[in-house]
Formats: sequence, C-alpha cells, structure tokens
Amino acid sequence: MNERIVGEVSRINGPVVEAGGVKDGMMFELVKVGKERLVGEIVKLEGSGAVIQVYEDTTGIAPGDPVYGEGIQLSVELGPGLMGTIYDGIQRPLEKIRDMSGLYIKRGIQLPSLDRDKRWAFTPAVEKGAAVRGGEVLGTVQETPRIVHRILFPPNAEGTVESVAAGGEYTVDETVAVLRTADGKRDISLMQRWPIRLPRPVEARLPLDAPLVTGQRVIDTLFPVAKGGTVAIPGGFGTGKTMTQQALAKWSDADIIVYIGCGERGNEMTDVLTEFPSLKDPRTGRTLMERTVLIANTSNMPVSAREASIYTGVTIAEYYRDQGYHVAVMADSTSRWAEALRELSGRMEEMPAEEGFPAYLPTRVAEFYERAGRMMAKSKKEGSVSIIGAVSPPGGDFSEPVTQHTKRFVRCFWALDRGLANARHYPAISWLASYSEYLSEIGAWWENNVNASWAKDREEIMDVLHKEARLQQVVKLVGPDALPDTQRFVLDVGTLFKTAFLQQNAFDKIDMFSTMEKQVKMLHIILSYWRRGAEAIKRGVTLVKLRKMKVNQDIIKMKYTVPNEDLSELDRISDRLERSFDQLGALYA
Amino acid sequence: MPEKKKQKDYKALLKGREYIGVDKIDGPLVFVSGTHPVGYKELVECIDGGGNVRPGIVLESSKKMVVAQIFQGTTGLTLPSTKVRFTGEPLLVPVSKQMLGRIFNGLGEPIDGGPRPPGDVELNVNGMAINPTARRYPRDFIQTGISIIDGMNTLIRGQKLPIFSGNGLPHNELAAQIARQAKVSGQESEFACIFAAMGVKHDVARYFIRSFEESGVLSNVALFLSLADDPSIERLITPRTALTLAEYLAFHEGMHILVIMTDMTNYCEALREVSTIRGEIPSRKGYPGYLYSDLAEIYERSGMIKESGGSITSLPILTMPNDDISHPIPDLTGYITEGQIVFEREMFGRGIYPPVAGLPSLSRLMKDGIGEGMTRKDHPHLASQLFAAYSYVRDVRNLASVIGEEELTPLDRNYLEFGESFERKFVTQTFDENRDIDTTLELGWEMLKLLPAEELHRVTEEELEEYYY
Ligand SMILES: Nc1ncnc2c1ncn2[C@@H]1O[C@H](COP(=O)(O)OP(=O)(O)OP(=O)(O)O)[C@@H](O)[C@H]1O
Ligand SMILES: [Mg+2]
Repeated sequence: MNERIVGEVSRINGPVVEAGGVKDGMMFELVKVGKERLVGEIVKLEGSGAVIQVYEDTTGIAPGDPVYGEGIQLSVELGPGLMGTIYDGIQRPLEKIRDMSGLYIKRGIQLPSLDRDKRWAFTPAVEKGAAVRGGEVLGTVQETPRIVHRILFPPNAEGTVESVAAGGEYTVDETVAVLRTADGKRDISLMQRWPIRLPRPVEARLPLDAPLVTGQRVIDTLFPVAKGGTVAIPGGFGTGKTMTQQALAKWSDADIIVYIGCGERGNEMTDVLTEFPSLKDPRTGRTLMERTVLIANTSNMPVSAREASIYTGVTIAEYYRDQGYHVAVMADSTSRWAEALRELSGRMEEMPAEEGFPAYLPTRVAEFYERAGRMMAKSKKEGSVSIIGAVSPPGGDFSEPVTQHTKRFVRCFWALDRGLANARHYPAISWLASYSEYLSEIGAWWENNVNASWAKDREEIMDVLHKEARLQQVVKLVGPDALPDTQRFVLDVGTLFKTAFLQQNAFDKIDMFSTMEKQVKMLHIILSYWRRGAEAIKRGVTLVKLRKMKVNQDIIKMKYTVPNEDLSELDRISDRLERSFDQLGALYA
Repeated sequence: MPEKKKQKDYKALLKGREYIGVDKIDGPLVFVSGTHPVGYKELVECIDGGGNVRPGIVLESSKKMVVAQIFQGTTGLTLPSTKVRFTGEPLLVPVSKQMLGRIFNGLGEPIDGGPRPPGDVELNVNGMAINPTARRYPRDFIQTGISIIDGMNTLIRGQKLPIFSGNGLPHNELAAQIARQAKVSGQESEFACIFAAMGVKHDVARYFIRSFEESGVLSNVALFLSLADDPSIERLITPRTALTLAEYLAFHEGMHILVIMTDMTNYCEALREVSTIRGEIPSRKGYPGYLYSDLAEIYERSGMIKESGGSITSLPILTMPNDDISHPIPDLTGYITEGQIVFEREMFGRGIYPPVAGLPSLSRLMKDGIGEGMTRKDHPHLASQLFAAYSYVRDVRNLASVIGEEELTPLDRNYLEFGESFERKFVTQTFDENRDIDTTLELGWEMLKLLPAEELHRVTEEELEEYYY
C-alpha cells in the first residue's frame, strides 16, 4: 500500500493532536492518526509541526504514533444513494457502521459513504463528441421514486466527450464517460468528491422570489422565508426549535431535505428515522424518507465531527441544488457547532474573543449562511438552498455572541419565547420579536398565487397584535374592565387570533399542517370578525353581545375541524359570521 | 520506517512501567515528565508513600509531560516518593448482576464490607456513543402514581428526565417515591435501580437506603457513593461507573434500569475545579466550555435499543444554585435531557408536595407514550387543556394582586378557584399516595369542571360529553 507518513504525534489534548516532523502536510488535508487510523484533518501548519483535528475519540493515542496523509482534503462523496441515508458528521454511513460494530460506534471504521456494490440504472444525456463544461448534466439515475438524480460532470471538468456508456446498470465508481480534457483523458463515474469547506461553484446567484411554503401558519402568513433564504430559530431549551424544524422537514414544499442533528439528542434522530419512512408527503404521496438525507452527530459523538457536520450537510444540499432542486437544510443546533469551534480553539490555545469563542466565529457563521441562495447552476438548471438554523442561547438570553452574530447574517428570525412555550402556546414564535426580510420579495408570489391582499391583510393583523400588546401593559395595571369596549375588543381579537390561528398543534392530525388556501380563509374569517366587530361596537353593540355569538366557538375550533382537503366548512363559517353580524346590526339599526 | 517499528515495540514493553517521583502536584492533578509515550485517557495508577494505589486517567499527553487526574485526590502525596504507573489500558470496571444489592465507591470498589463481586466483563467506564440507528424510540408509559407527573409530565421508559430542585426542597423524597411506585402496566420484567451519589451528605444516602429497604427492593439496587467528605474529584467518575453497570444490565441482561443521580451540581463543580486548575478558558460562570458535551456523555447513555428489551431511564437530580434555572448547570442539562421536572420554592412554602411548577416542567417524550391504547384517549387533550388553563391562572393571579380579587370578572374568579384546586387537589399528594392513571385523569376532569365549557378549547365535544357534563 502506498502510504505516506506526514509526521508523528507529539501531544494529545482531547480531539486536538499535535504532530511533529511534518514535511509535506497540506492545509485541511485528510489524515489518519495512529494504528487505529482515526480520521483527522490538518488545521494548522507551522514549521515542522501540524495541528490535527481528530474526528474520533483519541483515547489511547500516544506521542510517537504515526500520522498518515491521504493527499486530499476532507471531502464528501456525492452520487446516487445519498437519499434516505443517515450519516455521521464526516459522512460515514451509520446503518452500515451498525452492521459492522453493533450498538456502539467503534473507532477507526473505514467505510465508503456510498454503497460500492449497488447498481443504478443510468440513462446517458450526452453524446460522444459533445463539448461539455463542469457541472453540466451527463445523464440521469432514478434515485428514489420521487428523485431523479442528475449525474453532473464534476465542476472542474471541461472537454470533449470521448465515450459515454450505454444506458444500463452501473455502480457508483464504474466509469460511465471518458472526457478528453486539456490535461489528458479523465474518467467520469456516477460519483464525485467535493471538499466540504468549499462552496460548490454556480453560474449565477438569482434574486429570491418564492416562499418556502411550510404549512405552519405563523410562518407562512406572518414571517415567511423565501426559497434560498436563511432563517435563525433562537430559543431556550424546550421552546420548540426541534419541533419547528421537524415540522418544516415534514411539510415544507422543498424537493429535498438535509436534516443535520448537530450535537443534539440521539433519540431525536431515531424519532426522524422511525417516523419519516411512514409519513406521506401531502404533495407527492411518497414517503418523506425518499427526499431526506440525515446527518447525525449527536451530543455524545466526537465534538470535532460536530464541527464538520454542518459543512457535510450543506455540501450535499448544494450538490442537489446543482441538479435543479430546491433543498432545505435544517441545522439543529448551530450553537453546538459554535461550541465545538470554541472547544477546538481553546485546545489549540488560540486567543478567545467574546465568551471564549474564537475571533473568527462571525466569519464562519457568515460563510455558512452565504452558502444558501437561489442559483442558476452550471447545469443551467435553477435550484436553491435554504438554511434554517436553530440557535440555543445559554439561559435563553439572545444577547449572547452566537445569536447576535447569526442575526447579522440571516434575513429571517423566528424568536421563540419562553413565556409562550411555558403557556403551551406552540409554536412559541414571538410575533413581537420575530421578523422576515423577505416580505417584499415574495409579495408578488402571494398575490399571483393565493391571496391578492396578503400584504395588506398581514399588516392589518400585525397591527392588531401590536395594539393588543400595548393594551396588555395597561391591563396589567388596571385590569381589563377599566378599558372601553373598543379597546377590550382589540384584546378579544388578539386572543382569538392567537388561539385560533397562531397556535398550531404539531401532534394533531389535521392541525399539524395548513395549506396556503386554508391559511388565507382562516385569516379572512378572523379579519372579518375584527372589521365588522369594530364597526358594530362603534354603532353601540356591546362586547358581551359579540362574545355570545355562537359562531365564535366554530372559529376557535376551525383549525382542528376543517381538513385541508375540504375547506367548504370554512366558507360556511364565514357565511355564518356575516349573518351573525347582520343580525346584530339589525338590532341596532 | 524501521525506526518507527522499533519505537512501537518499545512502547509495548514499557507498558506498566513505574516512575518514581513526579514534577508537580496541583489539586487532583499530577504532572510527570520523562515518561515513555503514554496514551491519552489511559489508566494511571498513582502509588502513595504508604503503598496505596489510587487510580486516575491521563488528561493530556505529550513528549514533554503527562498530566493525570487522580480520582481519590492527591492528599498526602509528595513529589519525590509518589510512584506512577501507566497501564496502557483505559479505565475498565468489572460489572455483573451480582453487584445488585451492594454498595460501592465511585470507582466501583465495594464499601459495604463485603467481598468484591465477580465481574462478568470489564467495560470502559466512559462508554461509547450509541449509534442513533441502534436506538429504539421510547414510548412505554411508566406510571409513577404521582398525578402531576403521570398526568402532565409523563415519564417514559428510557427517558432522561431530571429534577431541577433547590437546597432544602423535597427532591429526594420525590425520587424515592418514583423509585418505589414506578410501574409499567401489563408488563412484568426484571427491574433494578442504580443509585449514584455525588457529594451528597451521609444522611441523604442513608435516606435512600432506608427507603429501598422499607419497600423491600434493596437487593435490586446498586449504590455508588461518593459523599460530601470524599475527594471531590471522585464525583467525576461516579456517574460513569454507575452508568457502565446500568448499560450492562439493560443492554446485555435485558433489564429495566432506573438510574438516580444526585446531585449533578456537585458533579459540575468538580469538573470546574479541574478545568480551572488546568488553566482552561472558561465559558459562563467559570464552567468549562465543554460542560455541555461532558454532561451529554452522561445523560445520553440512557435510552432503549433495538437489540435488547432492556432500558435505562434516568432521573438526575440537581440543585439550582440560587434557584436560578438559567444557571449553566440546569440550563445545559435542560438542553440535553428530554424535559425537566422543576420545583418551585414558593409552592413548597405553601405546603404543596410535590412542589412541581406546572409551567416550566415538561416531558418531551410524553407525546408518543400517552393516549389511546397507552393511557387513555382523552389524555393528550386533557393535559393540554390543564396546561392552558393553569397558565391563564398565572395571569389572573398577577392581575388580582394589582386590582384586588373583588374587581375580577366572574370568569377570572373561576380561574382563581381552578388554580387553587389544581394545586391543592391535583398536584398535592402524600409521600406514599400511589394514584393510578385513571384516578389522575378523573381528577383532572374534576378540576376542569370548575371552568365553563366555552373556555375549554383544547378538548373535543365528544370528550366533554364523556367526561365533563
Ligand atoms: N408545535 C408544537 N406543537 C405541540 N407541541 C410542541 C410544539 N412545539 C413544541 N412543542 C412541545 O415542546 C417540547 C419541546 O420542543 P423542542 O424539542 O422542539 O424544543 P427545543 O427548542 O428543540 O429544545 P432543545 O434546545 O432543548 O433541543 C416538545 O417536546 C413538545 O412537547
Ligand atoms: Mg431541540
């Protein structure tokens, strides 16, 4: 075996290993440490020394142990077989690891990320003699019943197709095309490698113009995110970050989901693994697992692989984007990633900036979120990567560095509120502290597709919520009875909107997901209650009368009682509401 | 290349070699230079002047210096006479079923006067990360007989559910009551309890032993005690030793294990002590930046797996410094565990036992373990409605304290009455009161009857028909 020893271990401090006698190590080179060949990456070079971040438990590694160089950067394997697979932070297939080592993840397991034996039915899309550039489509493979995997020429490939395989079954490492390039012949297979820390190149960045439809009312109607956009979900423990991300992974209209469990619970990954294969996507009727890639580097798995996990995830997302898909990345939690950075930085004895985090934290955060966007890929197909990152601020205090820096680089902010979570108002997304900067970009989409008055409606209901919040301050001091009916009515509508619309129970079969049409109808019902009610009060109708209207109970329960497939009951509720007001009006006319 | 080979063999030869004299002793840490290449986290045996062996592990290893942490402390060690032996192995503990019914120190050595029980296997005390694909998602309801837990913060087999308490609050009583009463209906299987004490007083340990004795289960309990007057550093190994046995019994012997660990706050303080001595950059309140990962290594060892019918349910207890839930210890714990039972001093002051705060308490695994076929079909909605109503009680109480109770609307007065009953009748029960789930749920409906039906948005018409009217 052609082995290159790049140096030998001189010091071990947790996942950070120093090596001496290094002559030809390369920055970010993939290395193997010790006789168990633990996976590592060179992160610093100085004179004859190197600092190596090791992705596995370093127990037993001793000074003098050899460090082997692999000559390539830490990369992921990209090709058919990613869908429905669960990987660890450095893309090792966890199911296969289990077959090999059982219950626990043993160290030093060497396994390819993509199955080398599985054969895929390949259909070529180029012909011999064609001039091609990197990123263009070479052919297709039906990866899952719902995902056509477009095999792309690697981004740096350019030349003339000298030969291309006939349609048929191939393994990922068999040559399916030969390219004549400026530097000679190059074999192309169904699989390619790409270094995780390097964004994949694209033709052009495109403006964002459509929402990522999530089925979550507070998000779609009040704080929408665009396809290709970035969101942070900050919140203390138990406020609903994971639930929100899982809801998006289940119900959003992305083509593909990359779900990264970064330093979180093992059971949450098991939950996804057990639930997703049996859940059906309401849009395609196929199971959710067929569009999902999972990256699991749980809190008890090595901390340096946690640092790598989000790059592994986003690189896979970019690869499918380049094939023309809309991909949504869930990163739960980016705080654990930042803490991994902090721990590694500390062990490397770097100068800390705020709260022990390295000074380059904001740069890293920015680089990560910059990998989102709507792009014209080199395949001439349009795709997007949306990034939804959970943030876990210590003590739930948003003034800490990770939340603050993240806020600078994302354009949508779903702030989870401890008070709401404690009151079991879920999703606990605060309507006062959250915002979306995508409103104007996706306004046209809303108008053309679902609701011509969305922007206006949204503004009107947000105004009620803000008024209500101000009045609540007064109520705290004097009680509601001291307020005139007009103001108490604002309180009533605020409460109604929160209960009937904003609260959404992720465990209820009907309520867990609302189509845009359902959201619009529900919003219109509440807005007519607001408009007509305010008018009635002006004309002397008492609040007590309004509160006694029978239809109120129907409105409060409509989210549970009206299924997405048949919204006609909402029209009936709306009619009943109008009639109730007509009757009240008649009394006071 | 041949040179490397030689060094490897040399390393194997030197394994177990003893060095006389150390360079520096600082708190629980011993620094030795001029050793052969020593493996990271390998077991160290430190031999004091009297010939006693004190185990420890290597925290850092380089060509110049080895830093080792000695679990039984460094009291009495001297620089010239201390001998250090590097074993070349990780710290292993022998485990077997015969350990049940016995008392050990934090390293797993018996301290009850009996002989060392034979070990079936020796396992690495640090455990290893469970492959998420090997886990089984926990969904079996454990009836604890305590209404506020069973009804609203249901404990599930394989869950990690900590008690966030404060000094002087009855967390030990609650933990002992759970250990005594916990049962899974319809399933008889082998059950055992593992108790790990870190830095708690002798009478706390004695309280648990007596409580286990009285309920006749002591022979099914293994205790690992590192008490307040034991070296603080031993607390770092105690939960790991206990969990190593738990894993063995659960995943090899197929038993259902309840692990009680108290007090995690003392554990974290010992960790901070070592970190400070090593001069590491602290994060919040002087605790090391890796506190989260370190705690996760402990808490994540609970759960269920596909290959075995057994389970580890853990109930860590911690006292919140200053009753502050945002303190790093409860905060990071809450970020790892699957919910939390939070105690409230104010409720305790009003004589409510268990003083479980209704709103900040949460069981995250409850959703999959309750409802039809598991507890009762109305359970999810009932719990959700009780939470919603109780959370409004808080608002009404605040308002009442400003404008006076008389000024409240009749509806708000209903809520006050509901809140009072909820705390006095639903939450409150005695140390030995064991309510079955139906009793708890009926009691919940009793409480809701204090409110008008129009207020109950979270339950269905049918449920109202069946249980309310
Ligand atoms: N939309 C929802 N519907 C119903 N329940 C919810 C919803 N969102 C959150 N919850 C409840 O809140 C609990 C905690 O939510 P979740 O696990 O998402 O919190 P988190 O913010 O991810 O916490 P951590 O930071 O500790 O991981 C859930 O187990 C569930 O009981
Ligand atoms: Mg979470």
